Amino acid sequence: MTYMTMLWVGIGGVVGALLRYQVSRAINARTSSPFPWATLAINLSGSWLLGWLTSHLHKLVPTLHNVPMLVLGVGLCGAYTTFSTFSYEAVSLFRARQEILSLTYVALSCLGGLALSAMGLYGLPHSHP
Amino acid sequence: MAVAAGGFVGAILRYVISEWVGTAHGFNVATLLINWAGCLVLGWLNTMTSERLPIHPHIRLGIGTGLIGAFTTFSTFTVDAWKLYQVGQVDLALLYILLSVGGGLLFSYAGFRIADGMFRAGAR
Repeated sequence: MTYMTMLWVGIGGVVGALLRYQVSRAINARTSSPFPWATLAINLSGSWLLGWLTSHLHKLVPTLHNVPMLVLGVGLCGAYTTFSTFSYEAVSLFRARQEILSLTYVALSCLGGLALSAMGLYGLPHSHP
Repeated sequence: MAVAAGGFVGAILRYVISEWVGTAHGFNVATLLINWAGCLVLGWLNTMTSERLPIHPHIRLGIGTGLIGAFTTFSTFTVDAWKLYQVGQVDLALLYILLSVGGGLLFSYAGFRIADGMFRAGAR
């Protein structure tokens, strides 16, 4: 860990946080539902992207060592997706007596996030002839 | 601008802590602690600022959306769970998922309760 690697992560973090802010604003402007669609879409898409980067990035740019992963993986995907907002929204729904909605949100986020990161890591499931 | 600054600091903070704490037998302790801590702070901050004490929206965006949002991470959590599964640590993968989600929700709720308690103490 050097100041340079920290800077790479920070640059990715700026882009990731701004992207999350803009995507959630765009989605929230189009829906009035109490269900947190924006964070769900962000965490699912980010899970896929980090899975894909983890399995493909090194083959694409082998000469740059760990720099692309620091910027795009640790920085961008890490900052784009968020665990704290997810938990806060789930607890808020529960406190607002929307228990079913809260549990659906938690289940969709976890199962969907795991499924999409698997698709990113291993590709789409396909049947063998 | 506030979100960008918060994102810069949050991502670096996460990186430094995860390099420092590292993993135990492939189990990502750092990400677990980071997500728990972020849930506690955001639960407290959002409750304080949205329901109790008004602060400048730029500061709230910078710290809540930018810093804590970028500090905690969902994608590393899901990908790391598969990495554990990949090396045959299925039990550890399930434990990691349960601890992350259950703990995250509990810490988030604890953050709300602390803010709520502070408000009640202040109102007396």
